Amino acid sequence: MVKFKLNGRDVSVDVPDDTPLLWALRDDLDLTGTKFGCGVGQCGACTVLVGGRATRSCITPLSSLEGADVTTIEGLDPNGKHAVQEAWKDIQVPQCGYCQSGQIMQAVSLLKDYPDPTDEEIDGVMGGSLCRCMTYVRIRKAIKKAAAALRKEEPSNG
Amino acid sequence: MIKRLLAGAAAIGAIGGLGFLYYAWYPPIEPVEAPDPGSFSAEQIERGRIVAAEGYCAECHTRTDGSGGPELAGDYKMETPFGAIYSSNITPDLETGIGNWSEEAFQRAMHLGVSRKGVHLIPAFPFDHFTKMTEQDVSDLYAYLMTRPAVHMTHRTNELPFPLSLRILQAGWKLLYFTPGVYKPDPRHDALWNRGAYLSEGNAHCGACHTPRDFMGAEKKSAPYDGAVVDNWIAPPLNEHNPTPTTWTEDELFQYLRFGVAPLHGPAGGPMSPVPHRFLSTVPEEDVHAIAHYFADVDHAAEREKHDKAALALAMEQSKTDLIGPSVDPDAKLYQGACAACHYNAAPSPVLGRPDLALNNALWLSEPTNLYQVILHGLTAEEGQTGVAMPSFYNALSDQDMARIAGYLRRTRTTLPPWTDLEKKAAAVRKTITTIPVNSSH
Repeated sequence: MVKFKLNGRDVSVDVPDDTPLLWALRDDLDLTGTKFGCGVGQCGACTVLVGGRATRSCITPLSSLEGADVTTIEGLDPNGKHAVQEAWKDIQVPQCGYCQSGQIMQAVSLLKDYPDPTDEEIDGVMGGSLCRCMTYVRIRKAIKKAAAALRKEEPSNG
Repeated sequence: MIKRLLAGAAAIGAIGGLGFLYYAWYPPIEPVEAPDPGSFSAEQIERGRIVAAEGYCAECHTRTDGSGGPELAGDYKMETPFGAIYSSNITPDLETGIGNWSEEAFQRAMHLGVSRKGVHLIPAFPFDHFTKMTEQDVSDLYAYLMTRPAVHMTHRTNELPFPLSLRILQAGWKLLYFTPGVYKPDPRHDALWNRGAYLSEGNAHCGACHTPRDFMGAEKKSAPYDGAVVDNWIAPPLNEHNPTPTTWTEDELFQYLRFGVAPLHGPAGGPMSPVPHRFLSTVPEEDVHAIAHYFADVDHAAEREKHDKAALALAMEQSKTDLIGPSVDPDAKLYQGACAACHYNAAPSPVLGRPDLALNNALWLSEPTNLYQVILHGLTAEEGQTGVAMPSFYNALSDQDMARIAGYLRRTRTTLPPWTDLEKKAAAVRKTITTIPVNSSH
């Protein structure tokens, strides 16, 4: 039995210790916004936040998250209006959309570390999040737009 | 003439033998009724709790293999080059624990490595360190242990081969290697340094893992804190031979020992992780400061830290190597896909929670052991930086992939010669992992 915080509420899941977090999220906790991509931590589609940091849920054992604070795309904002999500909508980033919840979670953690990211910093952090539709140009644009919006929200962090 | 010589040699041998027996022989100390827990004051028990935490007693006296065991009830499997040994039950159970040990017997065990019955203890129990503890600290520890719940549990049989299984021989080991005696403060240093030295050399027994051992299993007095292999990890050097580009300063050491992560070095993983998280986060902060203060002296931080600024700038430059522009290095691509999203850093210094590999011990050690261990195991939210987890790449990266990443990082993020036989070593470290952390076939 692993107990942790998921999108702000306490949950406990009774699965074998070596079950990947992604399995528990989708199959046991009914949160299907997080996607299965490669299954080996090489594409970023399954990215969620653990302790505020982007984490590949497909290869993270659930047992390693005892007491941790996990945020999925569903928990980013109660109304789905996190600045990054808004920017994504405004710029119409997704094409097929499959990788996008992972892209958004990775971008959220990027902006926490680099509130005004350069292209280099965006490439450095987002380079492990693959998009077969090649939406990369729009992703970069949306990140910069979200960064500007977030800086306006919290000028002290700017 | 020859007869007289032989007789003389025999006589000397006999006297030597008797002398050895005299040295080796300790009388049993009479068993007692388990002391009444109420006979110890709450203050003494609390002091004892701190002593127990600073000596990590529960770490080696609690079974961890199989489905684990109750705290302090022993049966922890310790692999030694001589065979596996299993720790003893130190709960106050009368039959299987130390419930019938008087304080005198407990003091003797801690200070001289002899059990209540007069049997020499194997030096896997680091009495060569505990001998330095004050009588008061041992007394407080006794109070703490005697007030824990008694657990009736015996340990598995030690796997030491004959003749090492003969306990009398441990006395020979002691004769050669063991210097009993409580820590004596060094008047050349201040109280903080001496407190740190007292804890580190004694109860905290840092050298038990971080000092290399000779063929007899004794810590090499000529190479204190020079680093050693323990439990398939490298316990890095704590002296001036520590290879990280930035210095383990007093503050870095304190952050690491208290919270499990040093901003300019990274998180505590593997067998080191419990030291901050389970133990040193629960003791008075001054004690952790004292240990950090002492090791900042042991590693000559004051002389070395003037290079830190340049080392940090170089590391930040290295951190982004090959990750920008049209990279053609396939190893860099592999690193970028698997690692960089979390480990990339931009100047001027790494973000806490983005351990920078160019600054991390694992890349600068003589072997890739620790790097491989962390890649294969990952880190739980309770290890390293609390609340943050690293996935396990056990099923995600092949030995060849790990070898490529290790070779690439060593080449681009350190100034040291390349590691050799990387793929073979990856397979060897993988083999040491008996419980695969993550399984996607559920």
